[in-house]
Amino acid sequence: MSLTKLYFMFVRIGSMMIGGGYSMLPLLIRELVERHQIITEDELTDYMAVAQCTPGVIAINVATFVGYKVRRIKGAVIASLGVILVPMILIVLIAALLQSIAGYPIVQHIFAGIRIAVCALITASVYKLYRKTVVNPTTFSMFLLAFLLVAVGGVSPVFIVLGAAVVGLAWGGLKRC
Amino acid sequence: MLTFLFTLAILFVEFFKTGLFAVGGGLATIPFIREMGAAHGWITEAEIANIIAIAESTPGPIGVNTATYVGFKVAGIPGSVIATIGLVTPSVIIIILVAGAIRRYSDSHLIKSLFTSIRPAAIGLITAAGFSLLLVAIGVKADFLQFRFSADLYTLLKLGLYGVFLFFAFWKKTSRIHPLFFILTGGALGAILSL
Repeated sequence: MSLTKLYFMFVRIGSMMIGGGYSMLPLLIRELVERHQIITEDELTDYMAVAQCTPGVIAINVATFVGYKVRRIKGAVIASLGVILVPMILIVLIAALLQSIAGYPIVQHIFAGIRIAVCALITASVYKLYRKTVVNPTTFSMFLLAFLLVAVGGVSPVFIVLGAAVVGLAWGGLKRC
Repeated sequence: MLTFLFTLAILFVEFFKTGLFAVGGGLATIPFIREMGAAHGWITEAEIANIIAIAESTPGPIGVNTATYVGFKVAGIPGSVIATIGLVTPSVIIIILVAGAIRRYSDSHLIKSLFTSIRPAAIGLITAAGFSLLLVAIGVKADFLQFRFSADLYTLLKLGLYGVFLFFAFWKKTSRIHPLFFILTGGALGAILSL
């Protein structure tokens, strides 16, 4: 597959992807597995699993994986650039529009309402993640500690992630001994 | 000109950091964006909630949408490009590194232990960020010691509205409805009730 074709394939995917995370799985199956047949469904599931637990935006991680499989490093970069093109253009347009209308009271009322709806959506998404991941006292204490350190202690999220990584590595090392 | 280049450099570094440490997808970037807002004054908590609404209703990963928005606000179109590239770069590098060794990678005992520890902590981070967004959205001062209700009646009204949305987001019959529908309803109610 040529780099140009790879690029436009991911431009297309980026322009149809709404929501992110697992909500893009059906779209990726349709485009990559069924339509272009460049990866199998099993491979896609593997990619998604690794993308979930490595840092960064999940969609970018998956695009990098697929691009890498097709054309190594060049493919990885091209696929990732393809995914972000349309979303970037749209957001720049929306941001420019918003800056010129943000002062109107009606716009502020609308966004005040939207913020409440968004908080409910976030609560529901976080709860789903929580139920999948926090399954025993160990994971619960990691969750609670991270929450309290940020919410009450004001600790930087960077240190929380690094700290959790150290705990995880130490725990894994101890269990092996 | 020099200040502008300096701003772009900071944008890149901040979003590179976000891309490197935000584990678990779009929402995981929120804690880092909040920290950025506090450190550089680029963005308020209310704006973060607005962006999430926009990101949920437009195509593209939430993290990318957020980076583009913040970058644009801080330094126009060059800012939006630099911030987004900054966010994406760590992902691309890390995945290229692990792509060759995916089987060995996912079976490693140590790596498994690493992620069973990071994931719950990452969810703790997102919960804290979501909580503070909620306080802003319903108009409660985010001071833990003195809960001050800004406009008493409105806070109760907003809290009630949040409860209603929460119910529909969790109720089996409505939880699969597209987020855009929730967002549009929220906007309409905001305009009608002058929130």
